[in-house]
Amino acid sequence: MKILVCISHVPDTTSKINFTEDNTKFDTNGVQFVINPNDEFGLTRAMWFKEKQGAEVTVVNVGTVETEPTLRKALAIGADAAIRINTVATDGFSVAKQLANVVKDGSYDLIIAGRESIDYNGGMVPGMMAGIIDANFVNNCINLEVEGNNATATREIDGGKETVSTSLPLVIGGQKGLVEESDLRIPNMRGIMMARKKPLTILEPIDTVAETTSVSFEKPAPKGAVKLVSPDNLDELVSLLHNEAKVI
Amino acid sequence: MSVLVYTESEQGTFKKTAFEVASYAKAVADQMGSTVTAITINASNSSELGSYGVDKVLNVSNESLKSFNAKGYADAIKQAADKENAKVIIVSSSADSKYLAPLLAVGLNAGYASNVVEVPSSIAPLTVKRSAFTNKAFEVSQINTDIKIIGVSNNSFGLVESNGNASAEVFTPTISNAGVTIQSVDKATNKVSIADADIVVSAGRGLKGPENWGMVEELADVLGAATACSKPVSDLGWRPHSEHVGQTGKPVASNLYIAIGISGAIQHLAGINASKVKVVINTDAEAPFFKAADYGVVGDAFEVVPTLIEKLKTFKAQQ
Repeated sequence: MKILVCISHVPDTTSKINFTEDNTKFDTNGVQFVINPNDEFGLTRAMWFKEKQGAEVTVVNVGTVETEPTLRKALAIGADAAIRINTVATDGFSVAKQLANVVKDGSYDLIIAGRESIDYNGGMVPGMMAGIIDANFVNNCINLEVEGNNATATREIDGGKETVSTSLPLVIGGQKGLVEESDLRIPNMRGIMMARKKPLTILEPIDTVAETTSVSFEKPAPKGAVKLVSPDNLDELVSLLHNEAKVI
Repeated sequence: MSVLVYTESEQGTFKKTAFEVASYAKAVADQMGSTVTAITINASNSSELGSYGVDKVLNVSNESLKSFNAKGYADAIKQAADKENAKVIIVSSSADSKYLAPLLAVGLNAGYASNVVEVPSSIAPLTVKRSAFTNKAFEVSQINTDIKIIGVSNNSFGLVESNGNASAEVFTPTISNAGVTIQSVDKATNKVSIADADIVVSAGRGLKGPENWGMVEELADVLGAATACSKPVSDLGWRPHSEHVGQTGKPVASNLYIAIGISGAIQHLAGINASKVKVVINTDAEAPFFKAADYGVVGDAFEVVPTLIEKLKTFKAQQ
């Protein structure tokens, strides 16, 4: 089985989110970039398929040379090869088209992407890839088994979960549950050394037009101070929620 | 040129989000000087939609769409868009709508903006504000394509009633093979889901053990709320994973979020920040959650929560 794991290069959760150039650009100053957490769950599940079922794992990212350390980290975790599509990742649709162009020749049986990136939260790349190449698609996937050409996947639904059977080629929108947080791997020195020798192929992008464009960014209005209510006066809390917040 | 809205139902009954997206579609149609057409799939009574501004309903009744499948549902909505010559399509942020919207976008070659929190600030070019950076910022995004899809963030617009009647017609789209077959569904039918809930009651490690969740469930019952939990609690196996809210868990955008014994790690706050009003109950006045909350009680949950339940029962009885 050949697996492609799509990796988004995103600011670490604890990063301060700021914007520059009159609030039109994300300020990368002092920001540490990591593998998108939803993608990392998928990558770790792919490692499981590699070790138990002999799968071959390639990682791919749409981005400029600045994203290469993130791809090298994925190689250090254990992916066999990496591809970087050499263009700035703008809107989700363009990213999906670039990725679909890599997989449209049918060279991958299973394509795993995170359900959404934690920066733009578009949540559209895996579904759009599946739509473009007309592959089967399971979103919000929390469990995945593959046997031969058949797959069993569980997806989170509102208020529960649903298990489906489907077949390869398959695109997965993955999240926590594919593996647990405790299963995530920190690259060791040997992995880091080996990653240096693994192939990282640079592909030139296809032409796309931006279906959506970022005009500007805003930060939420600063929050007022919390209103403290004494534990001996909870009537006041009920009254505030009813009369002031109007939520009960 | 109507605005097309996909109004979701479950076992024939509309979800609350259906009325919210219909209300939103009405606001967009008013901006455009247009009308609203809704598409329903196996809904039993579409007349309710008239009260939320829908002018016309396309009712799809199809045995192969009895259970949700993203491809089939996207097929149906695409054909409805073609039929109505719709240029703007509105969907919700439910798990199912987020599943089908990217497929629909490919089918219609439409730009798609998800997690939109306001009505468009401009129609030409279509410009919307959406949440990004996991609720730490908003992105103003412009959709450049001829056909546009807007995914409305839950509870961001609310319900707006209007006096109207929706005409109904039967619509029979051609549905392709789903590609996935449902084996089993595991869903609590008697509980409000986190996605559909107006109020979410959530608890963390401060509750000391799974045996202490009775009062959390009772508080949720009194409020008609869904129950949720922090990541450590689900990692410890005290509560099911489906209750985990936060960055890697379920997102929450409720009207009221009550956090009991949750300190407020940055990943937790990122996932729940879209909630409108936040209440924290914690013994530690220095817990980061107090900086994110609107109302706070510094106190022992084991004393505060049972008292709060009694006060709320009294309040509800008076209503």
